[in-house]
Amino acid sequence: MVDRRHLAALIPVPFLVLAQADLLARVLSGAGGLALLVVVVLLRVGVLWLNRFLGRRAAATTKVRLRRRFLEAPGSRAGEVATLATKGVDAVEPYVAGYLPAMVLAVLVPVAVVIRLGFADLTAAVTIAITLPLVPVFASLVGAHTRDRTLSQWDALAALGGHFLDVVKGIGTLRAFGRAEAQSVMVRQLAAQHASATMRTLRVAFLSAFVLELVATLSVALVAVPVGLRLLDGGVSLYTALLVLLLAPEAYLPLRTAGSQFHAAAEGKAVLDQVPAPRPSGGVTPPDLFVSEIVLENVTVRSLRDFNLTIAPGERVALVGPSGAGKSTILGLLLGFVRPDSGRVLVGGVDLASVDQREWLRRVAWMPQRPTLVPSDLSSGERQQVALNRALAREDAGLFLLDEPTARLDPGTEAQVLRGSREFIRGRTAVLVAHRPALLDEVDRVVRV
Amino acid sequence: MRIWHAIVIGALAELSGVALTATATWLIVRAAEQPPMSALTVAIVAVRALAMARGGLRYAERLSGHSAVLRYAVELRGRVYDSLLHRKDIPSGDALTQLVSDVDERQNFLLRTVLPAAVAVLVSMVAIAVATSWPLTVGLVLTCVALPLASAALARRRRTACASLRAQLADQAVHLVHGREELIAFDLFDAELAQAERTAKALARKEHPADLTPLAMLVQFAAALLMLSQGEPAWLVLGAIAAFEVTLPLSKTPLGAQKQASPAKGDPLLSILPSDTDNSGPDDCELLNGRTAIVGPTGAGKTTMLNAIARELEPSKGALADAHVFHTTVRANVLLAKPDATQEELDRAKAIVDLDLDWDRVVGERGEEISGGQRQRLILARTVLADPDVLLLDEPTEGLDPQHADTVLQRMLDNCKGTAVVVTHRMEQLRLFDHVHHRGPIDDQNVSRIG
Repeated sequence: MVDRRHLAALIPVPFLVLAQADLLARVLSGAGGLALLVVVVLLRVGVLWLNRFLGRRAAATTKVRLRRRFLEAPGSRAGEVATLATKGVDAVEPYVAGYLPAMVLAVLVPVAVVIRLGFADLTAAVTIAITLPLVPVFASLVGAHTRDRTLSQWDALAALGGHFLDVVKGIGTLRAFGRAEAQSVMVRQLAAQHASATMRTLRVAFLSAFVLELVATLSVALVAVPVGLRLLDGGVSLYTALLVLLLAPEAYLPLRTAGSQFHAAAEGKAVLDQVPAPRPSGGVTPPDLFVSEIVLENVTVRSLRDFNLTIAPGERVALVGPSGAGKSTILGLLLGFVRPDSGRVLVGGVDLASVDQREWLRRVAWMPQRPTLVPSDLSSGERQQVALNRALAREDAGLFLLDEPTARLDPGTEAQVLRGSREFIRGRTAVLVAHRPALLDEVDRVVRV
Repeated sequence: MRIWHAIVIGALAELSGVALTATATWLIVRAAEQPPMSALTVAIVAVRALAMARGGLRYAERLSGHSAVLRYAVELRGRVYDSLLHRKDIPSGDALTQLVSDVDERQNFLLRTVLPAAVAVLVSMVAIAVATSWPLTVGLVLTCVALPLASAALARRRRTACASLRAQLADQAVHLVHGREELIAFDLFDAELAQAERTAKALARKEHPADLTPLAMLVQFAAALLMLSQGEPAWLVLGAIAAFEVTLPLSKTPLGAQKQASPAKGDPLLSILPSDTDNSGPDDCELLNGRTAIVGPTGAGKTTMLNAIARELEPSKGALADAHVFHTTVRANVLLAKPDATQEELDRAKAIVDLDLDWDRVVGERGEEISGGQRQRLILARTVLADPDVLLLDEPTEGLDPQHADTVLQRMLDNCKGTAVVVTHRMEQLRLFDHVHHRGPIDDQNVSRIG
């Protein structure tokens, strides 16, 4: 899912870091080499630019892939998907272009620095080699200690944070009942509670960053002071001492960058965790519906419990029952959009789950409860009519599914719907979700759900 | 203002980092001259102290910055809510959601853009004053002012280019999700998905942060090399490099950052909302006595008419069907209508509408954890408890099965002592009313919007 090709271009970075420190130490200790330093600096900036460019391209590729996945994912809310596909996917940019390269450099650069220092000054190399692992160790110790505390607080935070959106969206209702003024105080109180709860969480959460910074800066002091003292005895040369001073912070810097990128990338990682599995495709050819029996066998899903139903080919069945009983769920099962938690849906003895969904749906004429594939400037009745006409246009369909067609229709439209479907279901298997008695005259059997 | 604390603490943290580099360099260069030990004591103590101070100050900066921004948010939320309170019109749901996310965005902008920029400027000013070296001065002006401004301008241009593509992608996403099952059923899904993917690709080519960091680094090293060639001491050169380091992040503007944040008078946040309009009232006020049903074919403007009546009434006198369900308990949602209601009154309202939910059940965001029919009856229970002078209902029993719907409506009308206006489709219900108002088809009436 994530494009990682840009990480290969990071390989020159540790060499350039070493070269730059080396040349700077030479120049500062009066050994010359300014021209070469200029070349290395230009190279380093060039490599940085190349890395950013490739990182950006990798992020773009990843974003396109992610967006596709989110858009084709089933069973999600439209608002969520729209947010994920636009703003949500953005959060992946810091992960791909920032965090991943930082993680690679956090390994490459410190290793290179320690090796180089091993040749220049063993004491400094050992000091850094010992303190360096302390950074991730301390950070993860503090992290583990704080995780439980922060996790328990996040839920409370989310609830307090959500309140503002809830009252703002409900302001019409609050005003209608004369309760809007009273909420004005509540908004401030809850925001203040949210603020202090957040601060309690942050005080703990920032500790790991604190440890990181402290180890990094203290280690520079730990390296610089002894080297200075040994210089005093003439134990090391000025060039070596400067090299140690320049390289020591370079060993910790990538770790600190990775640490800060980790937080920036957390949101992107969360988005990546939400990536749904790819859409399954293929399957066996569906049986001929004009001769196949449809069986729902001990189906349990949503509000249905061990539900059984057998529909003969050409039979017309009406489903009735109170709202929420699972009538629309049965249509969803027959369409293949709802999969049973347990039990099976069989068509001519074949499990619908193994049937090629696209081929199956080509043989089904379906009119949904709330059609959406219609121009939005129509009234709900007109939309129903358009949806019905589209379903009825599937002349080779062997199964007709109709969901609560008369729920919002005036009698005129209702009569038209009845007339249209009556002709269409002749000779076809039909399952109708019915609220009105009129439709019940058209069927062979009424099933109470 | 507490944000100033955060800025000052942040600047002190960064300055101790810069000073640590400079002092350590001075220490080493001086030690190479092999002076007596006593000449180095102060520097050694300073290096250790600065190393300790930096971490602590950074921690303090993070906390004070977040604290200041959160305090600001309390005031901002209160202010935004109050201004909504006094508007005549209630903006649409989308505009309100946008408003809330803008409030959050404003907090982020303060924390992630304003605070680091202010810290970097303060650090630069100190560095310029201490060093008095022209390459450093020119360089810091570039990395602190010129490059950040250029990157912000670049980001602004990209954002404009992206905005329409994003809106298009969001529309396509909503269409794909809402129409998903229908699109698949009618074999249109792959074509629509391919179209959305084309938008996503066009977007990906344009949306990336405006990142001038490589240029800023070039300035950093150019200044350092110039200082070297001018023979500036080593501690100053390395200190300068460290000071530049503080300003580097400013040259990158994420695309998501807010366009502008001028906390001026007349909050710009609210300017995204449509301005208040005064709607003229309906000409159907003779309806308002007894119990009236509004019937008519689909699309005749029945809901429009009901909304027009609701606008004419004092907010507390008419209870409109288009209601929000709050993410709290059933009890709190119903009590909204009459906060001092007794348990008896509550139970009576619940019985009238046949609401089969526990009082302490939490309903989820926008009532998504209960069924559509239960949500509908919860709103009806609230309306019953409110006992408004004028009862306005728009297809109140939609989603209930027919017999049940008739019983519930009958009980609600029996309970209503004042005027009731109800939009309905069920002819069977008309016997419950004193008057029936027929809305004609669209071309007979001057209907501005189809409900």
